[in-house]
Amino acid sequence: MAHIQLKNISKSFGNHTALTGLNLEIADGEFFVLLGETGAGKTTTLRMVAGLEKPTEGQVFIDGVDVADWGAAERDVALVLQQYSLYPRYTVRENLEFPLKPKIRRLPDAEIKDRVARAAKTLRIEHLLDRKTDRLSGGEMQRVSIGRAIVRKPRVFLMDEPLSALDAKLREALRTELKNLQIQLGATFLFVTHDQIEAMSMGDKVGVLNHGRIVQTGTPHEIYNNPRDTYVASFVGSPPMNLIDGRLVDNRAVMAPMNFELPLTKTAAATEGRPLVFGIRPEDVYLESGAPVEARVHDVENHGVEKILTLRVGDTTLRATVPARTDVAIEQSVRFAWNADKVVLFDKGSGVSLRHAS
Amino acid sequence: MAAVRTSSEIGFNRVAIVAVLLVTIIFLAPIYWIASTAFKPRNLATTIPPTVVFQPEISPFVKLFTKRSQLRNPASPEEYAAAPWWERVVFDGGEKIVRDGKGQVQWSGYPSRFMNSLIVAITSTVLAVGMGTFTAYGFSRFKVKGEADLLFFILSTRMLPPVVVAIPMFLMYRAVGLNDSHLGLIILYTAFNLSFSVWLMKGFMDEIPKEYEEAALVDGYTRMEAFFKIVLPEAATGIAATAVFCFITAWNEYAFALIMTSRRAQTAPPFIPSQVGSGLPDWTVIAAGTFLFLLPVAIFTFLLRNHLLRGMSFGAIRK
Repeated sequence: MAHIQLKNISKSFGNHTALTGLNLEIADGEFFVLLGETGAGKTTTLRMVAGLEKPTEGQVFIDGVDVADWGAAERDVALVLQQYSLYPRYTVRENLEFPLKPKIRRLPDAEIKDRVARAAKTLRIEHLLDRKTDRLSGGEMQRVSIGRAIVRKPRVFLMDEPLSALDAKLREALRTELKNLQIQLGATFLFVTHDQIEAMSMGDKVGVLNHGRIVQTGTPHEIYNNPRDTYVASFVGSPPMNLIDGRLVDNRAVMAPMNFELPLTKTAAATEGRPLVFGIRPEDVYLESGAPVEARVHDVENHGVEKILTLRVGDTTLRATVPARTDVAIEQSVRFAWNADKVVLFDKGSGVSLRHAS
Repeated sequence: MAAVRTSSEIGFNRVAIVAVLLVTIIFLAPIYWIASTAFKPRNLATTIPPTVVFQPEISPFVKLFTKRSQLRNPASPEEYAAAPWWERVVFDGGEKIVRDGKGQVQWSGYPSRFMNSLIVAITSTVLAVGMGTFTAYGFSRFKVKGEADLLFFILSTRMLPPVVVAIPMFLMYRAVGLNDSHLGLIILYTAFNLSFSVWLMKGFMDEIPKEYEEAALVDGYTRMEAFFKIVLPEAATGIAATAVFCFITAWNEYAFALIMTSRRAQTAPPFIPSQVGSGLPDWTVIAAGTFLFLLPVAIFTFLLRNHLLRGMSFGAIRK
């Protein structure tokens, strides 16, 4: 197992800049999730750790050693991809044996047999061992490709959206399995995904990547409750955090277009009167008969345990998560308030949270 | 598919079957003509209307492989009785097989020309497909400076009909002593086929996800090992299709073989018509030579038929 560090990495492909000034540190045995939209540079980062891509600038360290001159084979990492990660024409067993047979670290046959058997048992694919890979279902394929990674005891596991091609049920099941596996192996994982639920539920640490830059790194709890800027706030969470333009007047949030007001707990006086963005998670917005603001129900989404309401105040819409038993109809007039402790203030110009700016 | 088929569907199927049969007959007719002529007695080869029912003979093939001379008088009964069966059929045709002083049968030029064809076609196919596969892999997987220009340059060798350069090539070959040599023809045919091979293989290589090799690289294999263990088996279909095309081109090539070779390295295509000779041509011998000449391509294509069918869809199956 290993400690990974990326120092000031930049990468461009021709005119296109994929990554700029990326710094990242993954502790030994940590499940690190790199979260970002398609094209944010997640896969490029992963490929640079794997040695499939060379950084234009900056260094990659594995266990404190600069691995710039190491090829993919020497880095001793394992890679699981979204698709095409199994060798066609080979059986499952041959696929699992393949990583144990290269010249540079070929294992004795008995050891290979043993490792394949153990991996197959862990992933419950023993009955598939003699099957050809084109006769596997999507979930079985991904199990086998995770198996190909774990037979080897690599220094780092690199996973590039390994669950994205699966259907929702299977994705959920494998998510748990993968997390358990990581705990059991005590391995360092670098897991790339665009799915914020995966990131939140699996990661010990999450790095949010936007346009080739790391925006925020932290535990899922930090990322969720204390987003560094409006991008993270709107990207993480489903539904995302409500972001409302407004100003601070007399320790009250005064929203710009409709001039509705909400109370705040104490804030620095310096922010008085300055254009701000108020961020509030939908679960911290609640309906109450005596609440300060009146709104109309624009839309109701029933999720079983809860309902997600879209409320409209003038031109501003915001989402609120309410218990399923709450009885509301579309276009009904309701009153709402927010949990003032949970409000996050962002600077309107830079989008950076005031808590992080200081 | 619906369990009950409508009458219009059945009607369409019948029309389709008839059309396929017709096309098949049109394509196979010349082949049948050559094959049947190769087994006909000489006097039936050119009858009008063509003879369809006849007693097949082996004599055209005996004649094809041996040197013969005209008999002034019919063979004596002793001579006839002493001859092996395959010599008697030649006597029947009013000819005798030429033997040297020791009584050894003199072979005609055909077997050596046929061998030349095999040597030249197989070697140039292996070279063209091999080089084409590596080149295509390079273009497909690595950033090559001026890739588009280089590929266009490779393709540009096919923009002229090859015969245009026949005379200059002949003069150059004579200057360096490559005319009438196997090597000369091999180089020529490899050069013809290389552009085709590179382009076709590039298409196939592009279809193979590079993730396969990258997985192998990460698993501890070198680029070469990954190429041979993972990419090559995946490219087998493409290689087979390309090989068939290259082989057919090299095997059938006539113009350059006629100009560049005369004896030692002459291939079958220019040799067969040269046997028409003067006087009355023996069409059965020509047909026998042509018939045997058709076989290698037919066998080769037949062996690779599964690959070819998949190859023709150019990787569409993977999608």
